[in-house]
Amino acid sequence: MIEVKNLTVSIEDKRVLKDVNLHIAQGETIVLLGPNGSGKTSLLKTIIGIPGYKVESGRIIFSGKDITGLTIDERAKIGIGIAFQRPPVIRGVKLKDMLRICMEKRGDFDEEKINEFAQKLNLFNCLDRDINLGFSGGEIKRSELLQLLAQNPDFIMLDEPDSGVDLVSINLVGKVINELLEKEKIARERTKAGLIITHAGFILDYVNTDRGCIMLNGTIICSGNPRDLLEDIRSKGYEGCIRCLR
Amino acid sequence: MSSVDVRERAKKAEKKPSAIGPDIDLNAYSVEVKEHGKIQKLKNLSGEVKEKAISVGVEAVEACRSGSFFQMDHSVILSSAYKSGLEVMSSTEALKKYDWLQDYWWKAVNVDADKYTAQAELKQNHGYFLRALPGAKVEFPLQACLYMTQDGLAQNVHNIIIAEEGSELHIITGCTTAPGVRTGLHIGVSEFYVKRNAMVTFTMIHNWAEDVEVRPRTGAIVEDNGIFLSNYVCMKPVKTLQMYPTAYCVGENANVRFNTILFAREGSNMDVGGRVFLRAKGSRAELVTRAITKGGDIVTRGHLIGEVPGIRGHLECRGLILSEKGSIHAIPELEGKANNIDMSHEAAVGKIVEEEIQYLMARGLNSEEATSVIIGGFLDVEIKSIPEHLKREIKKAVRMGEERLL
Repeated sequence: MIEVKNLTVSIEDKRVLKDVNLHIAQGETIVLLGPNGSGKTSLLKTIIGIPGYKVESGRIIFSGKDITGLTIDERAKIGIGIAFQRPPVIRGVKLKDMLRICMEKRGDFDEEKINEFAQKLNLFNCLDRDINLGFSGGEIKRSELLQLLAQNPDFIMLDEPDSGVDLVSINLVGKVINELLEKEKIARERTKAGLIITHAGFILDYVNTDRGCIMLNGTIICSGNPRDLLEDIRSKGYEGCIRCLR
Repeated sequence: MSSVDVRERAKKAEKKPSAIGPDIDLNAYSVEVKEHGKIQKLKNLSGEVKEKAISVGVEAVEACRSGSFFQMDHSVILSSAYKSGLEVMSSTEALKKYDWLQDYWWKAVNVDADKYTAQAELKQNHGYFLRALPGAKVEFPLQACLYMTQDGLAQNVHNIIIAEEGSELHIITGCTTAPGVRTGLHIGVSEFYVKRNAMVTFTMIHNWAEDVEVRPRTGAIVEDNGIFLSNYVCMKPVKTLQMYPTAYCVGENANVRFNTILFAREGSNMDVGGRVFLRAKGSRAELVTRAITKGGDIVTRGHLIGEVPGIRGHLECRGLILSEKGSIHAIPELEGKANNIDMSHEAAVGKIVEEEIQYLMARGLNSEEATSVIIGGFLDVEIKSIPEHLKREIKKAVRMGEERLL
């Protein structure tokens, strides 16, 4: 579904991604592990098209189309969705308004569905609150997922969905991610694909991923079974990855 | 104070400039204009006038209003109350009808505050008298329109609004100019008297021509458990606008709120504030301003004076600068003169945060749509305690201004 080819990216002349290659097929979910500052969020922001993440070389192909030059909204409209790690507060714009926007841009607004999704994510009482204003860590993560449910994208990027979330919330977060990624279906029947960023890996206890990649200093240094990778990181730390490279 | 004393004081202040805001040469504006004939119904207004009136919330369909007042230049062409318990008439007429009105005349605003108040006394052209009798509560608002048709005219009105004990009065006032008018001066003195357990909500929408100068002078006296809610919206161009409405909470648990929404384009100079004297135990005040500039200059002021223990007040001002030119200067002032008071303020001035636009774009909006949603949210001041249809009028006025913003 999505292919990142030899991608090198800089922000204000500082290189943040170097020759990144990644392929995610329809029905597949990949987890991207790596320490803070390794470039994981930069990769997601480059894929969604945030200005300032300057593509020096390489391409991003989505459903066979080169999207490297598209604006953020154009990427959103063709089916790329993202749950931000730290989304901004927008005063006066309610969570409900955001859901209306998400839904209208990818189909028809359906209030009943919005309410059903909000109930599911335990956010019904937040619908009339300004987006992200005074939201708890868990509410922010759930609100991001709620917007993705409304948006219904084909390729779903989740930036640290498990950070700052309590045990009760993470269970719910995991359940909804599985729903978004159609985990109830067998792999070949799924129409979605996912890329999950985590540095602690808690979410892997709740969501089955097909493959893991480790990013260090803006480069994907290895990939393999996600649980094995996490096990290694838990026992040896990311220092182990650095040693492995030497 | 006799009416002779009042005039003497006004004469002494004839040349006194306002303490703030650009000075105006009053002689540059004419005070002579032809009289306009009375009309029986607002629907008898011409289409052009009706359209302008609607833009400031004044409806020709009177079914959802409890009374109407329409002043064209210096002529009151219509004044009538549709519900019992309400009085609507020219303030000049009311002064003749009620001797006691002298006790309210220049009691909430000083006649010698500046040359504008002086001119309103010395060269007054009507204005409205709105009164809710004791216990009268009407769901629909009273509407008043101050309309200017002649280029270069000065319109000097003096309004008196009285909500007697236990009454409830909702007012929407629209001030605007005829399509051909470019310049003019509007001086509007408004004195509000909110008696015990009474409530007044006052929504004022301005839609002036580009070169009109505007000097409202407003004072409100709020008694025990009285509520005064004032909403002011000016989203259209104006040459200069300077106002600093002042409310006096003189009764226990008196409650005042000013909501102000301003948009200044290039060439517009706005200096708008709100001041509340909290003089009785339990009195409360909240001043909320949203200011946007796209090239114009805005000074937004707020001043709370806590004079006795047990009062509460909060100021909030947010400004958004949408262009290279233009400025917003927020001046919040808190003055505590007693212990056990609770006053606070927050002010923020800046541009639209790029991250907010990107966030909305990631949900599928293009850059312009995202900007529009952010501005819409920014201007969405939560206005409580006013009837739904007034909220709609405010939203409509704001939305019409927003369209010009983008």
